[in-house]
Amino acid sequence: MAHIGKTEPDQTTEPEAEGFMQYFEDHKKVYPKAVSGKVRSLKWAILVLCLGFYYIVPWFRWDRGVGEPNQAILLDIYDRRFYFFNLEFWPQDIYYLTGLLILAALGLFLVTSLFGRVWCGFACPQTVWTDLFMLVERQIEGDRNQRMRRDASKMTFDTAWRKVAKHAIWLAIAFWTGGAWIMYFLDAPSIVHRFWTGQAGTAVYGFTFLFTASTYLLAGWAREQVCTFMCPWPRFQSAMLDEQSFIVTYQSWRGEKRGHLKAQRNNTTGEKYGDCIDCGGCVTACPTGIDIRDGIQLPCIGCGLCIDACDTAMKKVGRPTGLIAWDTLERQAAIAKGVHLPAHLFRPRTIIYLSAMSVAITVMVIAMSNRATINLSVLQDRAPLFVRIADGSIRNGYTIKVTNKTHAPATFDLGMAGIADASMAMSETHEDREQVLHLPVGPDQVGAFRVLVMAPDHGASTKFDFTLRNTNTGEKTIYHAVFLGPEAAANADAGVH
Amino acid sequence: MALNIERDEHTGTDTTGHEWDGLKELNTPLPKWWLYTWLACILWALVYFVFFPSFPYGKGYIHGLLGASSRNDVMADVKGFAAERNAVMSKVAAASFDDIRKNPELLAAAQTAGRITFANNCQPCHGAGGAGNPGFPALAAGSWLWGGKLEDIQQTITHGIRSGDDAARDSQMPKFGTDGLLKPEEIQQVADYVSTAFFGLALKDAAPASIAAGKDIFAANCASCHGDNGEGNRDVGAPRLASKIHLYGGTRDLIVRQVTSPHMGVMPNWNGRLDTATIKSVAIYVHDLGGGE
Repeated sequence: MAHIGKTEPDQTTEPEAEGFMQYFEDHKKVYPKAVSGKVRSLKWAILVLCLGFYYIVPWFRWDRGVGEPNQAILLDIYDRRFYFFNLEFWPQDIYYLTGLLILAALGLFLVTSLFGRVWCGFACPQTVWTDLFMLVERQIEGDRNQRMRRDASKMTFDTAWRKVAKHAIWLAIAFWTGGAWIMYFLDAPSIVHRFWTGQAGTAVYGFTFLFTASTYLLAGWAREQVCTFMCPWPRFQSAMLDEQSFIVTYQSWRGEKRGHLKAQRNNTTGEKYGDCIDCGGCVTACPTGIDIRDGIQLPCIGCGLCIDACDTAMKKVGRPTGLIAWDTLERQAAIAKGVHLPAHLFRPRTIIYLSAMSVAITVMVIAMSNRATINLSVLQDRAPLFVRIADGSIRNGYTIKVTNKTHAPATFDLGMAGIADASMAMSETHEDREQVLHLPVGPDQVGAFRVLVMAPDHGASTKFDFTLRNTNTGEKTIYHAVFLGPEAAANADAGVH
Repeated sequence: MALNIERDEHTGTDTTGHEWDGLKELNTPLPKWWLYTWLACILWALVYFVFFPSFPYGKGYIHGLLGASSRNDVMADVKGFAAERNAVMSKVAAASFDDIRKNPELLAAAQTAGRITFANNCQPCHGAGGAGNPGFPALAAGSWLWGGKLEDIQQTITHGIRSGDDAARDSQMPKFGTDGLLKPEEIQQVADYVSTAFFGLALKDAAPASIAAGKDIFAANCASCHGDNGEGNRDVGAPRLASKIHLYGGTRDLIVRQVTSPHMGVMPNWNGRLDTATIKSVAIYVHDLGGGE
C-alpha cells in the first residue's frame, strides 16, 4: 500500500519488512549559495543581455510611413502582420517561421551535442529569471546559511519585513515581465498609456496577469522543480549527449578519495587521498540541489556554478583548479589512465547538425532575398469545370487573388499566354472581352476577382500562364494554370461532330 | 500494511516492485505538490459537476447551477446573426440593382445570400455553378430563354415558368406530331433543315430536297416563334435555335422528338418561398455566374 508521508532519511537501517512505499516526498527546498568566478560572471553578462533585450526591444521604433506601425518588432495578431525592422511578414509567409524554428532546433541540437545543456544553464528564460529572483532574495534575506537559519527559526519582525519586501520586488519584476510581453503584440507606448488609464482590453489585462503570475510562480517558487519535473526538454536533451560532449564533470580520477582537509592533513592511516576536500561547495552552490560528484544526472542543468565554487576552494587550499570542469566523458576515462585525448568536436553527429543547419540557412537566405511584394494565387472553378457558351466556345472561371504587399494602392495588369484566340473578362461584365485586365488593389491588401477565360473549343485541356504585373513597380509574377475543355470522349456522345 | 521493499543494488534506490522482463522500476518519489495539484484538480472537477452540465441520466442530464448551455449560446449567436443579416437584407430589398452594385456591403451580402440560396434551392435542377442539365437551362452559359438582365432573372425566379402563378412566364409549343399538325416525314424534313441550318451539323443523309422542304415547313410553322433565322423569341420563351448549346440536346433525333411531342419545362414560382431580398440576391448570383446581360 502506498503511504504518503515524510520519507525516512535513512532507510538502510530499517528492517525491510517495516518499510513503506513512498511515492511522494516533501519538496526539499534548495538554498543555493552565492559563488563568484568566471562562469558566474559569464552568466551575469548573459542575463543582462537577455533581459535587457527582452525589456527594451519593444521600444525600438522603425519608420514605415503613414498608416503603418512604427514599432521595430511587432507581432500584430489583429491585422495578421509581423514586422521585423524592414521586413514585413504576412500569414502566408508562415514557412519562414518554420524555417526559423528548424534552425533554432538544429542549433540547439548542435550546441547540446558539443557543450551539453548550455541552453538550460545559461539562456533558458527559466534559468535567467530564476537567477534574477535569487539575486533579489540574496540581497534581502542574506546568503544560504542566513536564509536557512531564518526559515528554521521562529518568525521575527526582521524576517517578516524582508520576506514581504522580497515578494513585493519579485511581483514587481514579474509584472514588468508580463507587461513587456504584451508590448510585442501591441504598440508599446500607446498600450502603456491605455493600460494605466484603464482603456486596454480584457485580453491585455488578462495576459499581463497570466504572465505576471507565471513569472512569479516559476522563478520565485517552482525554480528547479520546473527543470526536474515539468520540462520535457531535459528528458530528450540528454539523448543528444554522448561520450564526446563537453559537460560539467567532476574529475573523480583526481578528486578521489575525497576527504576533509583536516583528515587529509592528519592522515595517519596511510589513506591515499585525492584533491577533493569534500567541502560541499559544489553541492551548496548548485541551483538544483544535486551533487555533481555523482556524475551526469538529469537535474543537472549544466550551469557550471559548481565549477566556480570548486575553483574558489581549490585556490584557497593551493591546489590546481579545474577539479570540476567542462570535459568529455571520453577524455575523462582516458585521462584516468594517463592518456590525454584531443577534443573531438567534428564527429558524425555534429557534422550532420552543421550541414543540416547550413542547408536551412541557405534556403532561408535565398527565400528571404527573393521575397516578393506581389503574389498571385488562382483558384479554378470546380463546379462547373467548364461552360460551353452559345457560340460554341469554352469558358473557364477563375478566382484570382492578387496580393499587394506594397504600401501604395496599385493597379495590376493581368494577362495570359498559351491559349490560341483566348480572351478574358471580368465575371460581372463578361461581354467586355479583353486581353489584359486592370485590377485595382489597395495598399497592404489582397484583392479577389472572378475572371472568365473564353477560348474556341480545342477539345482537350490546355496549359497556360496567367501573368501579373504591378504597374507601379513593374514587379511581375506568373501562375501556371490549366484551361479545361471537353475531352474528345465527352464530345463523342453527341455523335455528330 | 507494510510491504517488503526491494532495493536496487546498482543505484541504491528502492524499486516499486514492478518488473518487466527482468527490468525493475525504480521508485523516485515526486514532490508532494504534484499530488496536491492532482487532488486540487479532482476538487475542481467536483465543483464543476455542481455548477456546469456534467452527467447524463436517462433522457436528461444534470444541468448545473449556472445553467450553462452551448446550445443556448449558439441560438443566441444565431439570433444575433439573423438580426444583423436582416438589417442588411432589408436594405437589399429596398435598393435598386444599380445601388446594390455600387455598395460593397450590400453586394457582398447579396452575393453570399445568393450563393447559398442557389445551392439550397436551384442547384438540383440547374447544376452546381449553373452548369445546367438536359431540360434545365445552363444559367452560366448566357443563352437565355426569357432574358438575362437582372430584372428579367428576378421576374423569372419570382413568378416561375408555367408555374400556375398569375404572372408566370407562360407559352406553349404545339404538339406537331401527336396532334397531327405535321406528318412524320414533314417533321423529319424540318429536323433536317434545323439541324443543318441552325445547329451547324453536317449530316450526310440529309438530302438537299428534304432540307429545302423543311425550310418551307419551318417558315410556315416555326418561324413565328423561333424567328426566320432561328434567333428565338424571349417574349414567348422560344429557344434560340441558331446556337451551339441546346436545352434538350443538339442532335437531329432530339429535334424530331421535341417537334413531335415537346417537352416544356416548368420552373416553380419562388415568391411564396423566398422573400424579395433573397430573390434579388439569387438574381445577382445567377447573373454573375458569367451569362448575365
